[in-house]
Amino acid sequence: MAKVAMTVNGRKVSKECEGRTLLVHFLRDTLSLTGTHIGCDTSQCGACVVHMDGKAVKSCSMLAAQAAGAEILTIEGLAANGELHPVQAAFKANHGLQCGFCTPGMVMTAVDMINRYGAKLNEQTVRENLEGNICRCTGYHNIVKAILAAAEDMGAAGRQAAE
Amino acid sequence: MYATNYHRASSVADAVKLQSSSDEAKYVSGGMTLIPTMKQRLAAPSDLVDLRHIAEMKGISVNGSRVRIGAATTHYEVSTSAELKAACPAISHLAAHIGDPHVRHMGTIGGSIANNDPAADYPSAMLALGATIVTNAREVAAEDFFTGLFETALEAGEIVVAVTFDAPAKAGYAKFPNPASRYAMAGVFVAKAGNGSVRVAVTGAGSNGVFRHAGLEAALAANWSADAASGVDVDASDLLSDLHGSAEYRANLVKVMAKRAVAAA
Repeated sequence: MAKVAMTVNGRKVSKECEGRTLLVHFLRDTLSLTGTHIGCDTSQCGACVVHMDGKAVKSCSMLAAQAAGAEILTIEGLAANGELHPVQAAFKANHGLQCGFCTPGMVMTAVDMINRYGAKLNEQTVRENLEGNICRCTGYHNIVKAILAAAEDMGAAGRQAAE
Repeated sequence: MYATNYHRASSVADAVKLQSSSDEAKYVSGGMTLIPTMKQRLAAPSDLVDLRHIAEMKGISVNGSRVRIGAATTHYEVSTSAELKAACPAISHLAAHIGDPHVRHMGTIGGSIANNDPAADYPSAMLALGATIVTNAREVAAEDFFTGLFETALEAGEIVVAVTFDAPAKAGYAKFPNPASRYAMAGVFVAKAGNGSVRVAVTGAGSNGVFRHAGLEAALAANWSADAASGVDVDASDLLSDLHGSAEYRANLVKVMAKRAVAAA
């Protein structure tokens, strides 16, 4: 056991864990942040996607110790002051989820790609960037619609703030 | 996963020291192969030495035509580097199509070539670009580095620190991804050096890992065109044959990918 310290959703945490503890288990079992899901457990489905230092990573494919010192953002850290994040709101408005199991990973992936591409996102880029996320309800059309709507919303919001 | 002890190295020297303190230690970089392998209990290192935070192993530099990529540079960084896109866009394109965005944020070029998965993308680029693999102990030509399936010339405890190569006059990469795993069933990297010499390296298809194809090289050196690649005979006898595709199927894929790579160059 060793102490692992990191920042999760803006809060500094420091907990004992084994060297082999995966980041997703650290988040779910040690910190009780169960919004991050374990789907395939073989690095393919993306249900476990969180952000580490601003970039989307698969929390089932890395050790908690590898994230020591990093800033982690999970689905629980997106909404602010009781308001859904624009990507969450867009998933709701566009029916971007069916059973909802893949949704936390989809939303975190969406936020990551909007961060990287901004208002330049188009449908093809969204689909390419969903390569690492699987929806077994196969509801991809509405997920893509939701991401594009959120990108437009967030671009518009950014422009307004700049004006 | 079996129990393991995690250590974070602050320098290459520190990493070597940490690794040598245990018989069963392994280096980990992005961990995109090693961690899943450990989860399946197919690997059980007693200790993991993390190379991802070593400053001297990170970054990309282009000096004239000489390109250097630090081993701990992620696929995402290679795919988005403006300097690399100007000097050798083919390698940025290759990096942009490894795995998925999340894997590209973690996985590193050093990890990929040290692992030498027979279906990994980078080994073909290293071979076709005539790259030099720089380790903490020596410099090895890519030609001598990749020695077989998951086998390299690395000695126990040796670390890939960087790769260097001369920017090619032209280069292109095309792969046919397995529909499920997305690993290359055949990937072909074609490169024409400043002096006109041509190298063609194939990944994903060879039964002994990445290899150069003399026939494609000769044809493209004589005539750099997709048509020239069409006329080349690709021998199926040394190619992989499995449930995803027969050796003959892969031989045809090699030719088609070579044509696409030339067209993209």
